[in-house]
Amino acid sequence: MSEAIVRLRGVRKSYTRGKQTVEVLESLDLDIARGDFLALMGPSGSGKTTLLNLIGGLDRPTTGSVDVAGERIDQLSSGQLAQWRARHVGFVFQFYNLMPMLNAERNVELPLLLTRLPAADRMRRVRVALEIVGLGERGGHKPSELSGGQAQRVAIARALVADPTLLVCDEPTGDLDRKTADEILHLLQALNREYGKTIVMVTHDPKAAEFATHQLHMDKGRLVETVAHS
Amino acid sequence: MLQQVLAVTLMNLRAVPQRLGASMVIVIGIAGVVGVMVALLSMAKGFQATLNSTGRPDRVIVLRGGANDELSSVLFREQATIIKQAPGVRQGIDGRPLALAEVYILAGLPRKGQTDPANVVLRGTEPHVLEVRSETKLVEGRMFRPGVYEVVVGRGARDQFAGMELGGKLPLRDGDWTIVGFFESGGDVHESELWTDAETLMQAAKRGAPTSVTAQLESEQDFDRFKDALTTDPRLNAGVQKEPDYYSSRSKALNGLINGLGYTVAVIMAIGALFGALNTMYAAVSTRTVEIATLRAIGFGGAPVVVSVMIEAMLLSLAGGVLGAAIAYVVFNGYSVSTLNFQTFSQVAFAFQVTPDLLRQGVTWALLIGAIGGFFPALKAARLPVVEALRGSA
Repeated sequence: MSEAIVRLRGVRKSYTRGKQTVEVLESLDLDIARGDFLALMGPSGSGKTTLLNLIGGLDRPTTGSVDVAGERIDQLSSGQLAQWRARHVGFVFQFYNLMPMLNAERNVELPLLLTRLPAADRMRRVRVALEIVGLGERGGHKPSELSGGQAQRVAIARALVADPTLLVCDEPTGDLDRKTADEILHLLQALNREYGKTIVMVTHDPKAAEFATHQLHMDKGRLVETVAHS
Repeated sequence: MLQQVLAVTLMNLRAVPQRLGASMVIVIGIAGVVGVMVALLSMAKGFQATLNSTGRPDRVIVLRGGANDELSSVLFREQATIIKQAPGVRQGIDGRPLALAEVYILAGLPRKGQTDPANVVLRGTEPHVLEVRSETKLVEGRMFRPGVYEVVVGRGARDQFAGMELGGKLPLRDGDWTIVGFFESGGDVHESELWTDAETLMQAAKRGAPTSVTAQLESEQDFDRFKDALTTDPRLNAGVQKEPDYYSSRSKALNGLINGLGYTVAVIMAIGALFGALNTMYAAVSTRTVEIATLRAIGFGGAPVVVSVMIEAMLLSLAGGVLGAAIAYVVFNGYSVSTLNFQTFSQVAFAFQVTPDLLRQGVTWALLIGAIGGFFPALKAARLPVVEALRGSA
């Protein structure tokens, strides 16, 4: 197995609601190898999105360590985490989360505004990202002028335009029909296989999970099963 | 950082048309605040300018010692003669001192469109008044004649009072007085007055003495010499003031009232507009919760979000401020009215003055309301819990 790009040790996450403490993740250890395409599965409330948020640096564990790309992100401040996310993580959301007032190119450009790249270089990279997701001709269109599948492709282009260490996908096909979902999953698979992108994807859909190289099943905040695909 | 601020701000501004109705709450609310404030303050400004523009620093007005104004002053005839001949008073071409012993009387005349009388100043002066008040010009008709019930009318009084026609009769003291001319004096307070011959008026009003003396000095530097001569003369009990000092002091009370009223109304309206701005910006942030959370997830910092929300609020407020100031300028600048100066109990005609300073003040208020109205929603936006907001539950 190649080196672990994500390493979680003794991770516990709990929320306090009123006087009640809810344990979402319990003493979890996990390694994700560089270049892996991991599908996190499990019933609602099993803690898979919480785990994804920890890996993506959107949240911090109650206890335990989260090491991503050689950095202890559980020890970073909010501001440092934001900068870390900008450098290392590309997010793909279930409902695309595109900015409705910006066209596809401007949406894809957003992560590059956090870099020192000049405008011409940014635009060059935006066009390459849009070509990769097959939307080279749709850069001038706003989200409202795109289909669901096209919007998710734009979101994927946005996620990969800054060449992040990790792609973190939360139910990326949850809002799409089967055919479009398969197209998106093929695209993610291609990004993983051809471009070596490490992808962590939360999904309810067993068919979607089959596109991953590994499946990790969770229940009640614990890892219960790991399945490897060829 | 700047790039982030610019990007988020442009994004916010591009979304304004989608929230046009809500955004207009800020624009119109603040336009109202600024419009009303500038209009009210321009009234005070105009009134003040009218009184402040009255008189020259090398001209003096002499009242009885202790008298606050002409209405409460009386001088004996002999005292008036001594004052006219005091050192420092300029001589006319004919060798006479350029000084006027005047009588100040209030008369009642109806304003245009009204039937109830309002106070107008009927000033008894001397035939060489145009020589002493050299800024005054007869623009129509002729000067009044001594011994006859004739008046010349200032432009402001002509505009504000009824029956002001050449040859018209005015029911003043002891009968009808004929209007024989109209004068202008550069928009100062004298334009609100009616002038006639002092001796004729004193007889008609059964007054035995003048109320004041106005004298033209050789120069402003002669003021102390003139004042010392009068205040050390045992035959006199005189209060001496340079004309600008005297007339500007006449505007203090009313100016204070109008300014106080203006700012009070503006503050009350501003509080209303502030809540409007807060409400609109909170709504703007709420409708953009997921967008803001997405930006934060991508790596945008909290500061650009705060700055961008505040810029949006302040730009909308600026638009409101400029609109309000423009409306106040177009509608009120130069608008002529008259009001009772309760320090002199007489009507003073003046024009609203919407000055650049007032416009600046209005726009500053608008920006201040925008800054406060944008700050708290901006803080809320920056403190959004990203994970909850992405789930749409923040």
